[in-house]
Amino acid sequence: MAPVATPFFFYLFAAIMLIGGIAVITRKNPVHSALALIVTLLAQSSIYLMLYAPFVAGVQVILYAGGIMVLFLFVIMLVSIDRSMKERQFNSQWVVGIVAATALAGLFVTVYIKGTSIFPDRVLPIIESDNTQKVATMLYGQYMFAFEIASLLLLVAIIGAVVMAKKRI
Amino acid sequence: MEAMLHITTLHYLVLGAALFLLGVIGVLTRRNVVVVLMSIELILNAVNLNLVAFSRMWGGIHGQVFAIFVITDAAAEAAVGLGILIAFFRNKETVNVDEVNLLKW
Repeated sequence: MAPVATPFFFYLFAAIMLIGGIAVITRKNPVHSALALIVTLLAQSSIYLMLYAPFVAGVQVILYAGGIMVLFLFVIMLVSIDRSMKERQFNSQWVVGIVAATALAGLFVTVYIKGTSIFPDRVLPIIESDNTQKVATMLYGQYMFAFEIASLLLLVAIIGAVVMAKKRI
Repeated sequence: MEAMLHITTLHYLVLGAALFLLGVIGVLTRRNVVVVLMSIELILNAVNLNLVAFSRMWGGIHGQVFAIFVITDAAAEAAVGLGILIAFFRNKETVNVDEVNLLKW
């Protein structure tokens, strides 16, 4: 299906993402930060849909917004945030941090202005709809080894998280 | 105006770069560990956006597969990071990164 009003929706979701991102790094209450991050992730999944990546969009909603963020909210409930909310929110090197980020922004701007010609400026062909099937074939075919390593990584992460969060081992 | 109405790969890359910068600012300036971990999630999402945009540009699917691997890594990172955070909070009764200075001289 051909996309409808792509520029409008791109700018809409980009604005939602950036506002959510700014809210994440400026809110005092970490719960508000987490909720803003969920908004950002959902807007990003819409951008994935516009890029013809429905499987990644679904994974983003279910795993990121549904799994990882619930983990974050649980941990925020486990640790007491009353004290940290009364403290200063930004550390003493915030000027240096802003300067470093500005330098990085300058680098990005330079690269993207100089490298505009690298990216083909054409209307891209629409990919047919068997996206999920292609991803599955790739995951269980060409990327089989990486897939197994990823499962091992998750196992190690689970054991590590349990050991770390346990009172006495 | 023409460049505004025609969404190319570069638009997605600029959006990803902006999100990356927000994450970097969050990591460098915030004192709350939970918000620092969330900023890392922002950075990983910026990378994912770039990967999917390039995958669209070349018409292939490798970028999307790699984005799924990055999401897996993000899940593992969040689990371990929050486990460390709970252990840290149990020992110090705070979530302030500035107080993690045991190895500092």
